[in-house]
Amino acid sequence: MSDDVVAPERSEPSAPSAAAHTRETHEPPERDITDGGPDMVQFLDAEGRRVPDTDVNRPYAEYADELDGDALRALYRDLVLVRRIDAEGYALQRQGELGLWPSLLGQEAAQVGPGRAMRPQDYAFPGYREHGIAWCKGVDPVNLLGLFRGVNHGGWDSNENNFHLYTIVIGNQMLHATGYAMGVQRDGAVGTGDPDRDTAVMAFTGDGGIAQGDFNEALVFASVAHAPVVFYVQNNHWAISEPNERQFTVPPYQRAYGFGLPGVRVDGNDAVACYAVTKAALERARSGQGPTLIEAFTYRMGAHTTSDDPTKYRIEAEVEAWRRKDPVDRMRKHLTAEGLADEDWLAELDAEADELAARVRRECQQMPNPPHEAMFEHVYVDPHPLVARERDEFAAYVAGFEEEE
Amino acid sequence: MTVGEATTQKMTLAKGLNAGMRAAMEADPTVVLMGEDVGKLGGVFRITEHLQKDFGEDRVIDTPLAESGILGTAVGLALRGYRPVVEIQFDGFVYPAFDQIVSQIAKLHYRSLGHLRLPLVIRIPYGGGIGAVEHHSESNEAYFAHTAGLRVVTCATPEDGFWMMQQAIASDDPVMFYEPKRRYHERGEIELGERAPFGLHDAAVRHPGEDVTLLTYGPMVKTALAAAQAAENEGGPSVEVVDLRSLSPLDVETITASVQRTGRAVVVHEAQTFLGMGAELAALVQQECFYHLEAPVLRVGGYNIPYPPSRHEEVFLPDLDRILDAVDRSLAY
Repeated sequence: MSDDVVAPERSEPSAPSAAAHTRETHEPPERDITDGGPDMVQFLDAEGRRVPDTDVNRPYAEYADELDGDALRALYRDLVLVRRIDAEGYALQRQGELGLWPSLLGQEAAQVGPGRAMRPQDYAFPGYREHGIAWCKGVDPVNLLGLFRGVNHGGWDSNENNFHLYTIVIGNQMLHATGYAMGVQRDGAVGTGDPDRDTAVMAFTGDGGIAQGDFNEALVFASVAHAPVVFYVQNNHWAISEPNERQFTVPPYQRAYGFGLPGVRVDGNDAVACYAVTKAALERARSGQGPTLIEAFTYRMGAHTTSDDPTKYRIEAEVEAWRRKDPVDRMRKHLTAEGLADEDWLAELDAEADELAARVRRECQQMPNPPHEAMFEHVYVDPHPLVARERDEFAAYVAGFEEEE
Repeated sequence: MTVGEATTQKMTLAKGLNAGMRAAMEADPTVVLMGEDVGKLGGVFRITEHLQKDFGEDRVIDTPLAESGILGTAVGLALRGYRPVVEIQFDGFVYPAFDQIVSQIAKLHYRSLGHLRLPLVIRIPYGGGIGAVEHHSESNEAYFAHTAGLRVVTCATPEDGFWMMQQAIASDDPVMFYEPKRRYHERGEIELGERAPFGLHDAAVRHPGEDVTLLTYGPMVKTALAAAQAAENEGGPSVEVVDLRSLSPLDVETITASVQRTGRAVVVHEAQTFLGMGAELAALVQQECFYHLEAPVLRVGGYNIPYPPSRHEEVFLPDLDRILDAVDRSLAY
């Protein structure tokens, strides 16, 4: 409570003063907000050094250790390419090719980790910032752009890569993932011991999303059904302009306990840790041991979207502190220090990233506007007389102009 | 069907709906029922009675008490290849699920450019007349009929309950299925057979007449028929009763054919009239039947107030007298 808050007079009823519970302005907390605390699982520190085993990270060490040189290089390649795709999305918006772009800058490891921990049969339900998950699931990055260019609402076939459409209404997808996992159970695709059959589902949201009723209902349903689903919260510390303190008083991973789920906080800027923790949770789900909640402790380095201006609400020193924990730099330092990557390999990767970005740009610019009659398609599976009638009326109306010309 | 074989059976609407779900579950193993208390209890109205016992807990799922959760998980089950039939316990409890229904269920087929299908049925016992406490007597069908991507239907008779339930479950589009709760225990003949004797979106002329058309649905069909019968008994006007059955899409042909013949239309529903189904029907009729009309389209419905305490519902809800009063006003033009 700040000093200028006047305590209610004693004669008043003992209801708590509203002012005592409301801070009028957001003051940066005194603690280091880049510090995830003692419960956070980490394998690579900010300098890319392997941290010693502790009681906290030891349960996941077997999954971290299974990453050999090739696997670590592959993770780094993903980090670099995903960052490059994201940068291209941002540039395309700035040049008027896209209406909007939600950048994942800073969250590359938090996505590549779980993205690579999933097996092909595992199904992902994203929010709208999950470009890195999409990449790992094999979705062509060009397909992500249609939604933001306004030529479709998504439009990729979710079942081709087991990657659902982006969900913009915050939290809806947590329930979809849970229901899908209940379907997986009914198909007998859990706990058979067959690694190609046993299936888990992942649901992605952010620190803002956990306030939604749907998020909390999803935890209830998943817990009761013992569903093979992993809830993955990227705590990037900002829900547009609202910091963590406006969203919760208990850290997201601890939210799990009241629902009867294990909750884990992982260093979201450490790809190895994100991979290991998610792999463990997915194995748990696939083998029939139920759901898990993971909080990836990370930071949104950019704006919420290209329509946002974070200088209105956060200070540069905070961003700078997180820049020192960059997930891509961290992995490169690790590879270099361990002798797993040399300058030539890194240069080749940069060239690959440039090529990918050029293709994304080219194919975005070539993306045609759909014919207007197409807006009447796929409203219903079976014909609907009102839609059919309006489609025909629209066509006749348009044709009327053509005849005039 | 063989001649001489019993082809009809008498049962209540509640039993007809139950039999319809049972038939659908027997025919298709992907059909699952979900909702609050639908399992052991068989639902608060017993519409799902015995189905959990016969089909197991995996196919008749007692869910936690959270409507958005029920509909959201039903979406996931549908995406995995199941056909969920969801019970909302009472009309006034659907609002927590409104977001999932209008943002996701109605739009996923469209958003996915046709790649995804949501073959869901959302059952809602609706309407008043049972002396219930608040939030248990509402008619909120217009909210959903307004939403593109949903089909909205309502049954008025045991036979329709039996067949329309199976048709709705077989639909590859999401269907809002409104059940008139005050008619659950009405009995009627059901014509059994291999196939439904009508289409899900076909309106039915329940009582032929010459002078005025009553456009109605759900719980008001019985009331409208009573009004038509009373008029006939008293040597009054000849009243045609059209049961819409489907609110989206509308059976435009049956509606307009009737009104073009009678020249007069009165819409009857329990829902409040302002921007209700009657508003759409009045617009449709004046566009399609303008030169046939002898009178403006009139509406008889709930007054435009929140659903009142049940001691008022006798006068809040349309009854025989209010319908005949509107018929008289229409004829007086």
